[in-house]
Amino acid sequence: MKAGSNLEKILAAGHFAVTAELGPPKGTDTEVIKKKAKFLAGVADAVNITDNQTAVVRMSSIAAARIAIECGLEPVMQMVCRDRNRIAMQSDLFGAVALGVRNCLFISGDHQKSGNHPQAKNVYDLDSIQALAMAKYMRDEKKVLGGDEIEGGFPLLVGAAWTPLGDPLEIRPLRLAKKVAAGADFIQTQAVYDVAAFAGQMKAAGDLGLLDKTKILVGVIPLKAVGMARYMQKNVPGVTVPESLVERLKAVGKEKAGAEGIKICIEIIQQLREIPGVAGVHIMAIEWEHKVKDVVSGAGLLPRPTA
Amino acid sequence: MIVAERKPYDEIRSLVAPFAKVLVFGCGGCVTVCATGGEKEVEILASELAITDATEARAREITVKTVERQCEREFLREAESEIRAADVVLSLACGAGVNLLAEAYPDKVVLPAMNTTFLGANDSPGVWVERCKGCGDCMLHLTGGICPVARCAKNILNGPCGGTHDGKCEISSDTNDVDCVWALIVKKLQSSGQIARYREFVAAKDWRPGGHAGPRRMVKEDLKV
Repeated sequence: MKAGSNLEKILAAGHFAVTAELGPPKGTDTEVIKKKAKFLAGVADAVNITDNQTAVVRMSSIAAARIAIECGLEPVMQMVCRDRNRIAMQSDLFGAVALGVRNCLFISGDHQKSGNHPQAKNVYDLDSIQALAMAKYMRDEKKVLGGDEIEGGFPLLVGAAWTPLGDPLEIRPLRLAKKVAAGADFIQTQAVYDVAAFAGQMKAAGDLGLLDKTKILVGVIPLKAVGMARYMQKNVPGVTVPESLVERLKAVGKEKAGAEGIKICIEIIQQLREIPGVAGVHIMAIEWEHKVKDVVSGAGLLPRPTA
Repeated sequence: MIVAERKPYDEIRSLVAPFAKVLVFGCGGCVTVCATGGEKEVEILASELAITDATEARAREITVKTVERQCEREFLREAESEIRAADVVLSLACGAGVNLLAEAYPDKVVLPAMNTTFLGANDSPGVWVERCKGCGDCMLHLTGGICPVARCAKNILNGPCGGTHDGKCEISSDTNDVDCVWALIVKKLQSSGQIARYREFVAAKDWRPGGHAGPRRMVKEDLKV
């Protein structure tokens, strides 16, 4: 075991893993975390704690991760490269591990242009692959990037994101290969709606010999409404929502669109399970945490195995 | 070349407001090439100031001078008498010129008339684009000659990130069209038979040569006096 986390044990045992997402509050209100945690405890094996997502200032993912632990969740702390240099990143990783965080996902982070401080100077001392490689080095060599020994252990499962259907499509498997080579123990993908296209990218990843070297958790986002589906189609890079799914939401009418969205999400999960190399799902139910249980239960993934 | 744009007129106007003798000082280097701070632009700015002075019935002495390059002490000396005679030197050079002027004339007030913006190329007539960040450790051999340090909004050295869409950067908009530099890099690596380069992991960059170890200098021993 590299980190001894629940997620690591679930994946090592070959169980189909379930992760979810929890966005920290835009302030100090810990009740927000506690409330969301209630919906996710016992439903997901681990829960991603986002790091100032969309570049909007929120409670730090470290603090929120610790509160999540106290609520009985296992966090996957997200760390973006936008806001910290390598000194602050390593320092925060020490703090996170000391507070009990055992999984971390390294991502570039949305550009500050989309957030509430577009005037900010971004950092990007490291990119997401370099940050991932740094964390792996810290764990395996017990040293910081600059070479000094780490005092104490550094048990941390390190993960990366993957946008399998982003363009240019043909380099996406190569990009995954870079992340795997840099040490990604697990991968969480951007949301997948076009399962056939995704299966093609998984085949390409398999041909590169990547599927034995990492664990891929496929991102899914339940659609709440036709409007949301349209927004995802147009505005979310790397996400393609097939028109047939939008038609299904339309057909049931506004009132029942949410329920249909959950049904679709469950079907997608069932289809994803059939694809070789898929180790689990990552359910990103944005401000819809109370519906995650319906998705997981509907997909026949409850109760969660105990590692 | 160094690209610089003239500051808005009102800002320049308020900068020079307290002074009675203004030297509008142009540079024959990069800012002449990008048509923002050379002889012609000096004349235009001096005329603008004179017209506003006239409408406000203000008596002020405005002189003009342009030297070959403001970033060399030798050329500054050619404007010695004009600089000495003025209360203030309003420089249309890039920041390097303004700095050298300020250092060379300790008792003189030197004001910037320009916003120095980037190291760029003339992409098409009237259009200059950022192409280099002066990071001091060129990695263009890895990226098909196209620079992610200068052109990726996130400086990503192992790109593209998840924000790329139809060849555009996530910051791209209707009013600010920005290519995803990593889409360009991949295309260039493919078209020039170097796509194998893409698989190479670019390790964490040493930013010291890029200015993060303090101000940089270059010394050519053979040219020193």
